[in-house]
Amino acid sequence: MGRLAENIVHFARVLRRAGLPVGPRQVLDAVEAVEAAGIGARADFYWTLHATLVKRRDQHHIFDQAFHVFWRDPKLLDRMMALMLPELKTPPGAPREEQSRRLAEALFGDAKPREAAEPELEIDRSETFSAEELLQTKDFEQMSVAELAEAKAAIARLRLTHDEARIRRTRPAARGPMIDMRATLRASLRAGGVIPLKRRTFRRRRPPLVVLCDISGSMSAYSRVFLHFLHALTNDRDRVHVFLFGTRLTNVTRELRHRDVDEALARVAARVEDWDGGTRIGETLRRFNIDWARRVLGQGATVLLVTDGLDRDAGEGLGPEIARLHRRARRLIWLNPLLRYERFEPKSLGIRALLPHVDEFRPVHNIASLTALIEALSQAPARMPERKAA
Amino acid sequence: MNLPSTIDETVELLARGAYVADRSLATVIFLALKMGRPLLLEGEAGVGKTEIAKVLAEALGRRLIRLQCYEGLDTAAAVYEWNYQAQMIEIRLAEAEGVEDRTELGKDVFSERFLIRRPILQALEPTVEGPPVLLIDELDRTDEPFEAYLLEVLSDFQVTVPEIGTIKAAEPPIVIVTSNRTREIHDALKRRCLFHWVDYPDAERELAILKLKAPKTPEKLSRDIVAFVQALRSLDLYKSPGIAETIDWAEALTALDAVALDKELVNDTLGALLKYQDDIARVAGSEAARLLEEIRVAARAAD
Repeated sequence: MGRLAENIVHFARVLRRAGLPVGPRQVLDAVEAVEAAGIGARADFYWTLHATLVKRRDQHHIFDQAFHVFWRDPKLLDRMMALMLPELKTPPGAPREEQSRRLAEALFGDAKPREAAEPELEIDRSETFSAEELLQTKDFEQMSVAELAEAKAAIARLRLTHDEARIRRTRPAARGPMIDMRATLRASLRAGGVIPLKRRTFRRRRPPLVVLCDISGSMSAYSRVFLHFLHALTNDRDRVHVFLFGTRLTNVTRELRHRDVDEALARVAARVEDWDGGTRIGETLRRFNIDWARRVLGQGATVLLVTDGLDRDAGEGLGPEIARLHRRARRLIWLNPLLRYERFEPKSLGIRALLPHVDEFRPVHNIASLTALIEALSQAPARMPERKAA
Repeated sequence: MNLPSTIDETVELLARGAYVADRSLATVIFLALKMGRPLLLEGEAGVGKTEIAKVLAEALGRRLIRLQCYEGLDTAAAVYEWNYQAQMIEIRLAEAEGVEDRTELGKDVFSERFLIRRPILQALEPTVEGPPVLLIDELDRTDEPFEAYLLEVLSDFQVTVPEIGTIKAAEPPIVIVTSNRTREIHDALKRRCLFHWVDYPDAERELAILKLKAPKTPEKLSRDIVAFVQALRSLDLYKSPGIAETIDWAEALTALDAVALDKELVNDTLGALLKYQDDIARVAGSEAARLLEEIRVAARAAD
């Protein structure tokens, strides 16, 4: 067992370097599991390690490649099996697959620092309409100390409308609608005679917030302010998910969670590939609806859509997607920073498709700073159509 | 019924319960049983996650205790509650008899006699047939505080009732946790579990499942159904049909005395398979005709 355990430890190290969070406990589990299952067919060995070392679906891909590379040498596996059992089936040759860059770096130690990218994104990258889209990265000026202080103060002032929802948990309250039987009983045991009724009421909690932020060319003037805002927001409250979109959709929640704002923005900048290009609102909303809506819009999430509504696809396919998003979200707020005039007329097709489906429309005339942005969001809404009964 | 001692035995065990499991699922179930660890199953709705717990309980001859999760699920509904009405009556009776010692009375009403056991506490109790199967269904529907509470239960298999003390299972139950992934389960909980993503079955396995679950469906129709559903899953639909939907559809078509798929039949019964209007609108008509044609060509090539 000693040699096998050693190899599993080594394999775990490879996985860890490839970005899978494999802890010592899992390594012990893996050794225990292999002992329990014994080494038989290669597939069983694969799934035994898989059961203990993989904890999320998106880790499967990395594990799969690492397994085939690491345990490729059939002699190695043979030797190990010889240690375990006297007679064994010969393992089928491992399919040689293309290795992901992260894995190659983990195995062979690339000097370059590895990206904190998720495998899901790599799938995104393979979609190619690069002929039409403008792929570029972005450099953000570092945030000054004064700006940092301003950001902190500003985010504390943020008040979204309807930003608290009743949840189905309760807390003691003198005038609550429910009777707290447990507390009542305790009190009556102490007092005797008349039963003093104790009450409870529902707790309130800020619902999850999902931000879909446009980073296309027409919005480029605001992207620094927006990212500062999104960083402050992500670190200020729990259950925030941030997606950036231009011609493609990128989930940058994990990058933005980094405490240091400049570091977080640098990671976002490296992660997103469609800065300042065109916008395909309909298509990116469709991707969101299919890939993410079910996972992040549960529990009554509020959606904050930040876009000027200028769509390269001229609003094509946008109507049904925004309608679907609206049905899924508890509340849909649209922040539109393009408007430079007091009198707003929805002329663009994209804007006309979006307008009927938002609960709250917040036009902003000038976003020079984070403070201005937060004020715009915290004011009484400019127009608040009644939410149609679903 | 003893626990299986090899992966092959696990496959057989599941087969006896009319569950067609692939090797990867059988491996992880075997390990969960052998190592006494909770098993976290994630996957799309309708791929048979809940069914696994039912089949395991049935095949092992164990009791199935099911805890359906929902928003706001608390210890009173999941673990234990006091029988307040009975306690009140007890207090009143004691007072009528003139019992003066309130501390003693307190001890008396907070005894096991007045404890209502909810699923988790039930699962920790010893039973004749062996530890039960505890199914914690759709964990993603509850909130983080309950998940945090589960941590204690799932790592030590014990529950603390302040008035009584700690109740610990003599033998840990077999725990199956399922999630539809409407939110991410916390890492701390995942670390305590063995994890498996239950995927849609491949055509061969789906056909085997269909034969078991909808045995009245004609052979040719079954093959058409599976081919069509498999083709649907490759489209970018909002909700791909699960195995449950495949079985429903097969039953619907069999009830209509169909022997093979055709365009009209598909359009009329698509509601059994797809549950979103957008998806139905997209598939009904020309897309369905295209898929049917593809299946026909593939079937002819195979013959």
